[in-house]
This record gives sequence, structure tokens and C-alpha cells, in this order.
Amino acid sequence: MSVLIFVDQLDGHIKKASHEALTYGAKIAEQTGVTAEAVVVGAVTEDLAALGKHGVKKVYHVQHDNLKAFDSQVYTKVIAQVAEQSGAKVIVFSNNSSGKALAPRVAVRLKAGLVSGATALPDTANGFTVRKNVFSGKAFATVAITTDVKVISLNVNAYTILTGEGTAEVVPFTATVDAPTMKTIDSTKTSGKVALTEADVVVSAGRGLKGPENWKMVEELAEELGAALACSRPVADAHWRPHNEHVGQTGVAIAPNLYIAIGISGAIQHLAGVNRSKTIVVINKDAEAPFFKAADYGIVGDAFDIIPKITAAVKKVKGH
Amino acid sequence: MKILVCISKTPDTTAKIAFTDNNTKFAEAGVQWILNPYDEWYALVRAIELKEADASTTIHLVTVGGADADPIIRKALALGGDEAIRINTEPTESYLVAAQIAEVAKGYDLILLGKETIDYNGSAVGGMLAELLDAPYVTNATSLQIAGSTATIKREIEGGEETLETTLPLVVGCQKGMAEARIPNMRGIMAARTKPLKVVEANNVEAFTKYTEFQLPPAKAGVKLVSADNVEELVRLLHEEARVF
Repeated sequence: MSVLIFVDQLDGHIKKASHEALTYGAKIAEQTGVTAEAVVVGAVTEDLAALGKHGVKKVYHVQHDNLKAFDSQVYTKVIAQVAEQSGAKVIVFSNNSSGKALAPRVAVRLKAGLVSGATALPDTANGFTVRKNVFSGKAFATVAITTDVKVISLNVNAYTILTGEGTAEVVPFTATVDAPTMKTIDSTKTSGKVALTEADVVVSAGRGLKGPENWKMVEELAEELGAALACSRPVADAHWRPHNEHVGQTGVAIAPNLYIAIGISGAIQHLAGVNRSKTIVVINKDAEAPFFKAADYGIVGDAFDIIPKITAAVKKVKGH
Repeated sequence: MKILVCISKTPDTTAKIAFTDNNTKFAEAGVQWILNPYDEWYALVRAIELKEADASTTIHLVTVGGADADPIIRKALALGGDEAIRINTEPTESYLVAAQIAEVAKGYDLILLGKETIDYNGSAVGGMLAELLDAPYVTNATSLQIAGSTATIKREIEGGEETLETTLPLVVGCQKGMAEARIPNMRGIMAARTKPLKVVEANNVEAFTKYTEFQLPPAKAGVKLVSADNVEELVRLLHEEARVF
């Protein structure tokens, strides 16, 4: 019996979301009195034994020429083999781009119930129930998993990473690996240094900025805060900013620690994508903008005047 | 090419979210139902574009649901589906839906659906369906090109984008970028009335999960407004009170 956590990586680097999943999975193991183990697929540049600091005891490492590019069909069979041979009863993924492709497949393969987008530890006192976001962040649901094996995908930024002492035993795992059906022919980094879905701070702007030429001050504030950039739907639709920056019900859903919304009125569809943010700051010249009702802090005023002042004040606080 | 587009009925994006029956059921009273935007704007419209480029392409639609799903099926037919299948059972959870669709999904070259539905946000049916069909699956897809039996797909990943190449048959979960939203025209709406909508009875599938309770998030304490003349105070609050940077 164990909890198995899938560790997602890109170009050999373990993603931040996987550290969250490792901490979360280790807590489930502790809560249910079993051990936490992890599975890493493909070559990595990081020290896997160090994953023990999140509470996992063992790391299965599967390497094979067929596993160089991410292929959900091939990866699923590998993860299922590790889960079956290690006797995993709970398998944890991050609900990120890889987890969204893998968790449903692995669940079907193992005839396991899946809860995707979990926001809290499961309640194992009486059955096995998991809390998740529904209605695009407008509500929570409690979902009971009724199968023997369970799969959970944890929402990104939903669980705080804990780092303690500990070293995991790294065990090479030999799996039967199919030939890939998927070939990666190109891979590009989108604008910005911080990935939007993983960012702790997000600076977002809307139509109130009047035109794409005015984004420089937003970029400067984001740069100063180490934040990712986002935008509202009208801004993406008008091609002022790339589509991948559109946050909202039909764009990207995010849950940073700090979300700063500049010149965004706060339509219900926009709120749906950002209302899991821990702190929301709204800057809008219209005091009646609905976004203020969902905000923690706000300034009613002209963004063109306020944003450079915020950037300067942040600089001062940071001491440079 | 034979395309299957999986569609879902969801509450309108502006619908009030509330629950009844001791918080165990979504309160449907007064709710406007729409075609799940990801299914409609991206999956279905991309299928229509592929058909426009190759007239021999057929587009079938499938949904799992009761007769109350028929209006959204007709809307999808009006946009451009050729015929539709409704599997007559309540779509209570992802596995049940995927297993029902898998029964009718064999023989298609391409299966398209939205990356998730905007109500239960499972983003699971596509992956489950692909596994049941033992087919490749790409989700968060922002572009899809087909040449013969080769598909070239772009997918969004954390902080970047990947271009992948694979072969049909294939399942793709679609999102923004894939296509531009359209509205049905009068000719489409008229034609949709007579397009075939086949209702099939559901297979006996055991659900793996059950929604037991819903909750609304706690109300916000209220916004703390700072004067526009005192921007430094906002930064101080964020730094010292909220401790977010």
C-alpha cells in the first residue's frame, strides 16, 4: 500500500507544481498510515534523492529511449506499471498540462475513480472524499471516490510546498515501453519569464489601458514583482496581447498569491478564472466596477498615473 | 475524414450558481443552458473549418444526456454538424460519460472536444475516451492541422508551447486559439431542424465517483480602498499585511 506521486518535468527540470503534488501526496500517505513514493519518467538533471525532503521515501525512475518526448499514451502505460507493481492505492498528479493528459488515462487503465482539480487533502475518516473546484471557481464540490484505487489531480497553487529533512531512495524501474506515437517537432517559450499558471504574482490588464502600446508600464511593474503577465478577454480578442495571457472562464484559470487587475471591470467570466487568487488588488477609474466587490484591496483612479507609482513604491520596499 | 465532436450542455457563463436539496444538487431553476464554450467555439468550429477545406469530411456530434440536451444539439447542428447521437442517460461523472461515448466513438479518424466543461471542470473525458480507444490524446490544444493521416498540433504547456506530430485516429482537447467563435446563420438553423438526431439507450456503466455535496466559497470580507494619492500605502499593505511579496 502506498501513495504514488507523478513527478512532472520539462527539459530535465522538475516543475514547481510537482513539488506541491509531492508535499500533498506525502501528507495523504501520512494521514492514511502508508508510505509515499514518486515516479519520474525520462531523464532529469536534478537530484531525485532530494525529493525526500517533501516526505517521499522512494523514487521510481523510468528511463527509456521511447520516453524522451511527452506522449500521454506511452507514459500512461509506464505509470500504470509502476502503480501496479508498487501496490499504489492513491496516485497523485498535478492538474497541469501533463496531469490533464495523464490522470484521466491512468484512472481508466487502473479502473480507478478520478477527482481532478483537488483543492484540499482528502477526507479519509469515512470513505474517501475529495474537495475540488467546480463552476470555474464559483463553487466547491465534495466528490466521493468509490473504487479501490484512486487518482487525484491537485490544482496548481492549491497546496503549500513543505520542505523538511529526508532523502528518498532512488530505484531504477524497468518498464515495458511502447514506441511513441507522438513526435515533438518544435517547442517555444512564450513571452515572460514566469509561467502564468505557476506564478505567485500575476499582473493583469484590460481595456482600461486603451491600447497595446501602453503595456510597458504593466511590464515594468510585473518585472519589479517577478510576476507573470495576464490580460482580459477583450484584450486578447483585439490581439493587443497573445491568447495565452487571457485569464478567465474561457481562458486560463489561475490561483496566484497576488493578482493585480488594472483597468479590468471584472465581468463574471473574468472573475471565474481568477477568484481562487489569495489576494486580489483592483485598480480602476470606475468606482462602480464590479471587480471591487471581489477585491481585497483597491484604488479608484487613473492607471496611467497609479501604476508607475506602484512600481516605484515596490522598488523602494525591496530596497533598491 | 470522419470527425466526431463531443458536446456538453452547461449553464450559461453568467448563470447564478446555487444549490438545492441540502446542497447536493445544482439549482437549475431559471438557468439558461448553453453549448459548453470550449466544445462549441474551439472543437466544433475547428471541425467545421476542416470540413470546409475538404467537402468529403463528415461531422457527427455526440452528447450524453436527457432530452433537455436537445436544444443545444440542434444549435450545434445549426453551426455545422451533419448528424447527432444523444446517449440517453444523465452525465453524472467523467468516467461514465467517457465510457458511454466510447461505445459510439469507434471508426472515427478524429475526435474533438473542449479541454473541459465550464461546470464540473473535470478536463477528464477526452483523456479517458482516448485510453478506452487506445488512441493518442493531446489536450490544451491551440492549433490542429491535418494532412492525410498526419496531424500537427500545438499545445500549451507551462510557460510555452509545443508542436507535436502524430497520426490519426486521434483525440484532441481544444482551447482558445484553435478557431474563432461563430454564430449559426438562418440557413443553418433551418437545416438543423431536419438533420438526424439519433437517441440511443445507455449501456450499463458503473460510476467511479459521486458528487456528494456542493459549497459556495465564503464571501469576501470587503475591499479595503486606498486613496489614489497614497499609492505607497497600498504597497505597504501588500507587503506587511497581506505579505504577498
